[in-house]
Amino acid sequence: MNLDELELIARSVRQENAAYDYELNVCMDLACASQGAEMLREALIATGDTSGKKVLVRRTGCMGPCSSGPMVRVDPDDTLYGHVHADHAEKILSSLGNEPVAVLQCDLNEHFDKQVRVVLENAGHIDPEKIDDYIARDGYKALLTALTEMTPNGVVHRITESGLRGRGGGGYPTGLKWGTVAKAGGDVKYIVCNGDEGDPGAFMDRSVMEGDPHRIIEGMAIAGYAVGASKGFMYVRAEYPVAVARLTTALREARRRGLLGSNLCGTTFNFDVEIRLGAGAFVCGEETALIASIEGKRGTPKPRPPYPAVSGLWGKPTLINNVETFANIAPIVRNGGKWFANMGSERSKGTKVFALTGKIANTGLVEVPMGIKLREIIEVIGGGVPNGHTFKAVQTGGPSGGCIPAEMLDLGVSYDALLKVGSIMGSGGMIVMDDTSCMVNVARFFVEFCMTESCGKCIPCRAGTAQMYKLLTRICDGSGTMDDLSLLEELCVTVKETSLCGLGMTAPNPVLSTLKYFRNEYVDHIVHKRCTAGVCNIKAPAEVLA
Amino acid sequence: MTTFTPPPLPSDDKRWKIVNGTMRKNGFARHALIETLHTVQSSFGYLDDDSIRFVARSLRVPLSQAYGVATFYHYFSLKPPGEHTMTICTGTACYIKGADKLLAESEMKLGVALGQTTADGKVSLMTARCVGACSRAPVVLCDGKVSGEMSREQLIEQLERWTVE
Repeated sequence: MNLDELELIARSVRQENAAYDYELNVCMDLACASQGAEMLREALIATGDTSGKKVLVRRTGCMGPCSSGPMVRVDPDDTLYGHVHADHAEKILSSLGNEPVAVLQCDLNEHFDKQVRVVLENAGHIDPEKIDDYIARDGYKALLTALTEMTPNGVVHRITESGLRGRGGGGYPTGLKWGTVAKAGGDVKYIVCNGDEGDPGAFMDRSVMEGDPHRIIEGMAIAGYAVGASKGFMYVRAEYPVAVARLTTALREARRRGLLGSNLCGTTFNFDVEIRLGAGAFVCGEETALIASIEGKRGTPKPRPPYPAVSGLWGKPTLINNVETFANIAPIVRNGGKWFANMGSERSKGTKVFALTGKIANTGLVEVPMGIKLREIIEVIGGGVPNGHTFKAVQTGGPSGGCIPAEMLDLGVSYDALLKVGSIMGSGGMIVMDDTSCMVNVARFFVEFCMTESCGKCIPCRAGTAQMYKLLTRICDGSGTMDDLSLLEELCVTVKETSLCGLGMTAPNPVLSTLKYFRNEYVDHIVHKRCTAGVCNIKAPAEVLA
Repeated sequence: MTTFTPPPLPSDDKRWKIVNGTMRKNGFARHALIETLHTVQSSFGYLDDDSIRFVARSLRVPLSQAYGVATFYHYFSLKPPGEHTMTICTGTACYIKGADKLLAESEMKLGVALGQTTADGKVSLMTARCVGACSRAPVVLCDGKVSGEMSREQLIEQLERWTVE
């Protein structure tokens, strides 16, 4: 396969598509699929066959606004329909060429206007099981260009120039990481893609793996060329069976097209990828634990250094990046580092995909330029808090992050700004809470999560999270004292400063951030025996106030 | 040096051949332990002592390591599942939208605690740490099939359908 052959495939797909009068793109992502998108697609195909119009019905990945699902987009008119069911098929087909079906049309202009799509550029436009669809949208062009026109150093340089930072949450500069692995000695090196999306409440990586799997494979192959690795592992959660199936198909197709394997594009570069299944352990998102898991062991972290970039999988230099990081690579190589660096804020470049969920009108996936205000994401893109409730906090970063209160909504989203207010960027979960959520209970929820997910290797995390959970439970059921509160604060600092890996070091964040911004709720529970949100089941009687 | 001969299959149950296939595909390498346990669980529904022993011997992994792995990862189950499984997602979005109430409701309805199966072996009650359908929270999986925006009534109705079957 070379660039000319690639262009030939792309052209023939475009020609094929041009033969149709209309394209009906049906979102088949989990949210839509669970509401009958498959039946809808079949109905559209059946009705399309008898309508006399030349109609292409295409299965696509997540289009974004899941709360309007199942979704259909009609091209070339770019009409978006929401809440579509199989019995709407006839109506939609007969409207083609006439006025669109008004009752099904979604008014989501505001939702989309503020978004910039880089990672999700193909979402809703390609069939994830067809490699040629991906090629028709400039897929694998970046890989072949890198192989034929760039040196490995040149690729690393371009990624560095782009200012891309790790999208798994830590925000380590990607170019720097690649440079370290490239410089590490030895013939055998590995590329690992972290698809162990453990943050409960986040599903960006799942959607990319299911909706645009080739984008990740291409990113990994480019990384392999840049750092001198010929073998990649894709570590995917077992809870994502569709992602595993799509990636398996994608790998097979890529091999068939000669885009994976030996002597790619007539060069001496070889690269292939193997899938490894996770088995439900949050700690495996930590890179040394993930490596242990690929080696078939319990996922317990190791002290760093040595960093995986020097000594990783089976002791070899290993490059580990998150799914979304790899998904950014091909567009950067195609369009240049400067193009990417022009988006975003000063120290956080590009875009970020967020899974917007919780008490918000438009739930789903959004991709926004870094630096955008939280308020714009929540009030404009998300459509605000529904049902007449008031906004209380937004949680980012999952169990490692924190809750950000209403008065900070004008904060621009970047790695540094979020860290400063006691949260983290995290992998991209963004959960909105309203006045019906109790912040003490939320803190307890996350601490319980970390307690169950602690691998047990180091004491601060294993015992510390358990004691934090006990104290929080006492406060929640009304039997806590102010001494418990100060003990909790002390314990948070100890666990944060002395744990071995990221899980323990960040586990106190949900408690610390809620204590910082919602201390009155803790005091309410302890002194007034009252949960204003009405979530906690307070058992102890109120103290008689003198 | 003597060459390694994998142990014979525990019985002529065809499913062992599938398990053996996974190990053979990986050249009986030790790092295939998790992959193989996944195959055991998908073929038999759970991991029992015999299967863990067989896999450990076949891959030349100490029994302690095999058992350690089987118990470390939440995805592996050491007990046979019931005829039907109700899995309640307890991810953050589902929690915010009241998954804890659904769980309490199911426990009361079935009379079993989380992680257990009803005495007649009909229904197992499980939780999942986020299945990634957060936009439709609260989410449950009825025998693996995702149902979103689950109400208390719908949940009870489903459980009743299973228990009277």
